[in-house]
Amino acid sequence: MTYLKPLFRHPRLPKNKLGYTLKEYEGGISTLCAGCGHDSISATIVQACFELAIEPHLVAKISGIGCSSKTPAYFLGNSHGFNSVHGRMPSVATGANMANKNMVYFGVSGDGDTASIGMGQFVHAIRRNLNMVYIVMNNGCYGLTKGQDSATADVGSASKSGHINPFQPVDLASLAVDLGATFVAQSFSGDKQQLVPLLKAAIQHQGLAFINVMSPCVTFNNNPGSTKSYDYVREHMHATGKTDFVPQEKSIQASYAEGTDTAVTLHDGSVMSLHKLAPDWDPEDRLSTVNAMQQARAKNEILTGLLYIHTGYGDLHQILNTSDTALNSLDEKSLCPGQKTLDTINAGLR
Amino acid sequence: MKPTDTRDPEYYHKVVDCQYACPAHTPVPEYIRKIAAEKYTEAYMINWESNVFPGILGRTCDRPCEPACRRGRVEEEPVAICRLKRVAADQKGDVQSLMPHAPFPANGKKIALIGGGPASLTVARDLAPLGYEIHLFDEQIAGGGMMRSQIPAFRLPEEVLNEEVGYILNLGIHTQFMTYVESLKAVLDQDYDAVFVGTGAPRGRDLPKLPGRKEGDAFIHIGIEWLASVAFEHVDKIGKKVIVLGGGNTAMDCCRTSRRLGGEHVKVVVRSPFKDMKASPWEKEDAQHEDVAILDNHVPLSFEVENGKLTGMKFQRVKAHYDDKGKRKLIPTGEPDVFIEADEVLIAIGQENSFPWIERDIGLEFDEWEMPVVDKVTFQSTHPKVFFGGDAAFGPENVITAVAHGHQAAVSMHQFCQEKDLHQRPAPYTNLFSTKMGIHEWSYDSPVTIDQRYLVPQAQKSITLVDRRKEVELGFDPPTGYKEAQRCLNCDVQTDFTADRCIECDACMDICPTSCITFTGNEADEDRLREKLLVPAENKSQDILVSETLKTGRVMVKDEDVCLHCGLCAERCPTSAWDMQQFFYSVTKAENV
Repeated sequence: MTYLKPLFRHPRLPKNKLGYTLKEYEGGISTLCAGCGHDSISATIVQACFELAIEPHLVAKISGIGCSSKTPAYFLGNSHGFNSVHGRMPSVATGANMANKNMVYFGVSGDGDTASIGMGQFVHAIRRNLNMVYIVMNNGCYGLTKGQDSATADVGSASKSGHINPFQPVDLASLAVDLGATFVAQSFSGDKQQLVPLLKAAIQHQGLAFINVMSPCVTFNNNPGSTKSYDYVREHMHATGKTDFVPQEKSIQASYAEGTDTAVTLHDGSVMSLHKLAPDWDPEDRLSTVNAMQQARAKNEILTGLLYIHTGYGDLHQILNTSDTALNSLDEKSLCPGQKTLDTINAGLR
Repeated sequence: MKPTDTRDPEYYHKVVDCQYACPAHTPVPEYIRKIAAEKYTEAYMINWESNVFPGILGRTCDRPCEPACRRGRVEEEPVAICRLKRVAADQKGDVQSLMPHAPFPANGKKIALIGGGPASLTVARDLAPLGYEIHLFDEQIAGGGMMRSQIPAFRLPEEVLNEEVGYILNLGIHTQFMTYVESLKAVLDQDYDAVFVGTGAPRGRDLPKLPGRKEGDAFIHIGIEWLASVAFEHVDKIGKKVIVLGGGNTAMDCCRTSRRLGGEHVKVVVRSPFKDMKASPWEKEDAQHEDVAILDNHVPLSFEVENGKLTGMKFQRVKAHYDDKGKRKLIPTGEPDVFIEADEVLIAIGQENSFPWIERDIGLEFDEWEMPVVDKVTFQSTHPKVFFGGDAAFGPENVITAVAHGHQAAVSMHQFCQEKDLHQRPAPYTNLFSTKMGIHEWSYDSPVTIDQRYLVPQAQKSITLVDRRKEVELGFDPPTGYKEAQRCLNCDVQTDFTADRCIECDACMDICPTSCITFTGNEADEDRLREKLLVPAENKSQDILVSETLKTGRVMVKDEDVCLHCGLCAERCPTSAWDMQQFFYSVTKAENV
């Protein structure tokens, strides 16, 4: 029986600023199928949080239902987690975020959980610009119920049984851009070099950061003819550019080449540098993003990397002008300031 | 880098650190699994086949395997390999029925073995079943060589020694004990087809020039000679105050034996710093446990003799200085000389070879250090009929090295007698097979325990110090033996990678608890590739496994250094590109040539 992860780690495992190794960010051993793309995404989240030296107890992982939504059990074992109702992850995340804005929120969802049952919730979370990382582990099928086509399955994609999907897919990234999401990226579970910096930037982004990750279902959707298989995604990936995340303390020294390089400063001062491959694409221009995405679609390409970013737009707390203190730590005195304050307010309304 | 050729048996052999480090290449993980499965007899026979003296070595081996043990690289202590070997020997059932039985059909060849120690006995065991008529000569009363004369009975009980020497002598060996061979020429003049010299390093070093050496001679003894006198019951007591000079395992045996023969204040005095002493750490611990004081950084100046009686010794205090190359120099500290009282002194400062009985005009060359010129591979001397092994070949080593020499010399002698080329060495016997049994199931215990090394219980000092034959170590009982056996990481169960099955899903890389696996672009230079790994592969003594180029143009690189052989990479591999395959490696002995 191998289903026990040994407790020994590499004795020379690097440590981050907090003195933690990757071990402090790991979760339980995965019960997903061997080779599942979701496990790679979990490992990427572990890597990104480790590199950013985020204190694990200041992270909340919220998920819905599905293979994807099981993954919070397999990363950040020392963080908070809430496995919620199918498609209702954004509501729970909104509630948690309103109560305590001082944490990093990971919303983990899948193509079924977001593009079908949770579509309404997804749309409104974007509209409100809730400060969270919204990850969709997108495998184009319902893996947990034996691989039926999901709403993101491409038209013409063949299932394991040979069935051809007759419906148009929901393009989550286009939808997110269209709805005014302030951070939209697309990536592939098998490309950690791209996904890690994207995820780090998403964590540092103030507002909703949406990442649509192609994550092959190794059991039900990794067959020839599928457009979400390891081979197909690798062959059709087209990166917008090479993304690098430069933490705040190093951002001043970093230099950027003119023309092809763009540097986007995030709210905490860290910088996302982009070595652009598409010349007329500007990640801060929604029109050029939409253009690039449509062009990729016409060429049957999967556009990956950062697609769109808008840093100036406030998150839900700023929009609502909530108190600086997290709501869950307001004491009775500040919540109920007394008769005198009430009288002043009342007087102001007369 | 080029893809690693795992079909070369030496690659996987090197991954099995303990077996690779063992001079006789005993298949350690294989017998440890047998111990865990309570198959003690089988475990014993695996050992017997490879190292000939499992019960003896399970008590006295120098354990080159343990510092090599992978477990020592992921936690504090290696697996107690040596003491597990003893569990197999202690708990075994009938083993004699599994051994070859004399008489064997004669092949008409005759062989002489000079010296009855571990090297000669190994040659005897390997060649007797092939029908050789074997004559063994030894000056002692019984076989075993230094295992009988130098290893004290409280470490190696006589019954254990007799049993294992007996297994070999029962193979129809013609023994001539109490026979000192005075002339190799005389032996060669007889009709032997080949002669093996396994006479050890029989001469203990002395300090002939130290003042007072001659005057105090009656109270000053050479360590190994004194130990032999104790073993053969010529000596049964020693003075109350004893100084033992030297820092090796013989010194430890001398001081501990002194404690049993009446020595009350026994001091080991050594020139080097404590940490540089040659004795095995556990031997030093055992000596200290028996109230032996170890004084380091003391260089002997003189024996002090008054009225014909030894009163003690004078020492100069020194300090060790190491130059850039790590070479040590002992520099006087300038402190006053130290006088240490003593009734008797044992000199255990090393031993030397001595071949006064070999004529220098028989075509057997000696080098400038008076050592015979011996081929490192074939163990043949410049006299084609004469082979050397054990300490006699290249100077003092240990029992397990002598056994390894014996096996190789036996192969050579057999080839020689068959008139075959001695340099055509037989390939090792190897096997590689999958351990997969089903989902989450392997034919070995893949979970990695976190148990710390178990201590071997010892008999009470009050009992052991009054009887020099009373064995100090009691050995593991079977339940503790099981728990210690489970600490073994099963390094012989190899992570076998098939590149064309890999879909590069990263599952193995993500799950590997010790971050051994990296998918990366290849590099021409090994050092650069080592740097690029998830955790840079800094331990150059451990190989890296480089796959063939994968679909994306990358390669899979696995650093063997701290792989736990837990099987999780294979468990999480969707395509069985990884498989846990058990590797068996055995040095080919003469009987299989």
